Amino acid sequence: MVAASDASVLNGSGAKTLTGPGAHSGKISARDVNVFYGENQALKSVNVGIPERSVMAFIGPSGCGKSTFLRCINRMNDTIAGCRVTGKITLDNEDIYDSKLDVVQLRARVGMVFQKPNPFPKSIFDNIAYGPRIHGLAQSKTDLEGIVTASLKKAGLWDEVKDRLKEQGTGLSGGQQQRLCIARAIAVGPEVILMDEPCSALDPIATARIEELIDDLRKNFTIVIVTHSMQQAARVSQHTAFFHLGSLVEKGETQQIFMAPTDKRTQDYITGRIG
Amino acid sequence: MTDVTVDTGYTSPSISALDPEAVRRRVAQRRAAEWRFQAYGVAAITFGLLCVALLFTVIVAKGWPAFLQSTLKLEVAFDPAVIDPAGKRVTDDIMAADYQALAAAAIYKQLGIAPDDAVATALADGLLSTGADVDLRKLVLADPSIIGKTQSVYLLANGNVDAVLKGAIDRAVPEASRQIKDQQLAWVDQLVTGGRLSKAFNWGLFTRGASSQPETAGLGVAVIGSFFMMITVLLVAVPLGVAAAIYLEEFAAKNRWTDFVEVNISNLAAVPSIVFGLLGLAILINFVGLPRSASLVGGLVLALMTLPTVIIAARAAITAVPPSIRQAALGIGASKMQSIFHHVLPLAMPGILTGTIIGLAKALGETAPLLMIGMVAFVVDYPRTPLDPATALPVQIYMWSTAQERGFVERTSGATMVLLVFLLAMNLIAVILRRRFERKW
Repeated sequence: MVAASDASVLNGSGAKTLTGPGAHSGKISARDVNVFYGENQALKSVNVGIPERSVMAFIGPSGCGKSTFLRCINRMNDTIAGCRVTGKITLDNEDIYDSKLDVVQLRARVGMVFQKPNPFPKSIFDNIAYGPRIHGLAQSKTDLEGIVTASLKKAGLWDEVKDRLKEQGTGLSGGQQQRLCIARAIAVGPEVILMDEPCSALDPIATARIEELIDDLRKNFTIVIVTHSMQQAARVSQHTAFFHLGSLVEKGETQQIFMAPTDKRTQDYITGRIG
Repeated sequence: MTDVTVDTGYTSPSISALDPEAVRRRVAQRRAAEWRFQAYGVAAITFGLLCVALLFTVIVAKGWPAFLQSTLKLEVAFDPAVIDPAGKRVTDDIMAADYQALAAAAIYKQLGIAPDDAVATALADGLLSTGADVDLRKLVLADPSIIGKTQSVYLLANGNVDAVLKGAIDRAVPEASRQIKDQQLAWVDQLVTGGRLSKAFNWGLFTRGASSQPETAGLGVAVIGSFFMMITVLLVAVPLGVAAAIYLEEFAAKNRWTDFVEVNISNLAAVPSIVFGLLGLAILINFVGLPRSASLVGGLVLALMTLPTVIIAARAAITAVPPSIRQAALGIGASKMQSIFHHVLPLAMPGILTGTIIGLAKALGETAPLLMIGMVAFVVDYPRTPLDPATALPVQIYMWSTAQERGFVERTSGATMVLLVFLLAMNLIAVILRRRFERKW
């Protein structure tokens, strides 16, 4: 790789316009996003577009800013004291950092699945029914039951829990809990689902089930997944973005990123030399 | 990965290279130290339990007679000439009648004493409680048709008689230095054999108000006063404390100002309770003008005293809720308020309840601030509202402990037992509520 191209990325003067989604197109688009935690800059001038109804994976070593960027998309960073975001992120060409935008509505449109399964200590039914209830999505009890059933089916959990909806969600296995969390996110009818290392606390079998599920969900949702496992990124995603030290180094179609990375750092990371 | 061998010129010592005897000694020392530490712990716990057991034994041994009261079963003639000489059956007349004379006449008749025998009647009068008239008056007021009839009535025996029956007065003591005379002792024995004098459960201990006679003194006013105060504390300290804890924990920015508030809440928890009493006196009574001795004032003072405890307990309980639960709620579009009220608070509830009930229990046993606001009062009638004069359980105990009569000694311990039962009941409720609301995740 030539040094000049490295420098251009570090300057944030523009992402590579090779293959894959352009910086200013797609379902979600980020332009010149900087994130600061107090004095520390966690993200430097990130530009990326996330295409609709596909899976985009964010990869990179720990502390590279990929989770930070993910949490910018549903403004979960707002809950962190001292966190400041500049730049522009749009969802369907709507600025999500617009002061007129209600963050609660945004989070209903952009769901999130966390690293560690975090079901509410309530029944399986109530876990999923909570979102539709607070957003007034169900007019009747039958409606609500319909939403719960559909969400569980979409999350591939229905057959395992249909006879014990009244039991505690926290009593399920780790993999089931994570699918319950996905079902809970689906239940409010989001357009985008953000997943922050959703399989890092799961065993390989549960991981495989979640990956299959992600592949299914792609038909209806735009999915952004942060992962430490490059195999996982390769398996589930259509597009991949590589973050390093707070910068988006390279992005493109997953195949291209893994087979023919253009940046030396990407190459080093996917071959295991940095990480 | 390649294995790297670095030669530092220094060989790390290995445990297997040491003298086996030294190793054995070291292990033995470590085990002995651990055993000693456990032994200290067991000793400390045993000592604590022994002290508690001793305390309870002493209190119960001293206090249980307070729950029994000697009563005289007498045939009382409700003489219309004494009760209502005018015959108009007006309440004022009935109120003013000399009921002690009725009771006295009944005991003279029982013992076969001539009403004009001044020496004997004086001695016989000493068997009756001076408060016997109150019970007779109540009886007549409740049912005036009783006037003119003769009825068998249980009347309170004098405190000295009670003491004899409970074995608190030594019959071997010479008559001159004894509270009860030989003649009276003989009558007591005669009445006991005749089935006229016996001990019964002392309901009066729970229902009666203040009295200078132990047999007519009870905790009624104190229990009601304490109840009003607990309600006040519950209504004032819990909402304020929980709201403050939620605000500080979930909404307030972490800056110098909140640090300052935080430090001062902890300071407030350490302020001696008498200071809160002074505050109540200076502000609530002298400035705001609330009445003295009122349980409302006592409740407000205790609420102020309990507030920091509630805030600290509630904050600890709220912090203990894992952040993942908040994120889960926020992540599906719950507002901050919804995430707190739907998820954080229910999970923090056991901790908040425990802290609150411990705070309440502390307030229930608090005496010092109540002394400052004049709750050391001689209140005979039940307080109807929190603005009426009242006393509190611990204050009543304090007042009885300073009284002279023998009957008050057992009542002091008896009242302490009642207070302890209330405290134990509250702790039990705390445990039950915690069990019920506790949820695992």
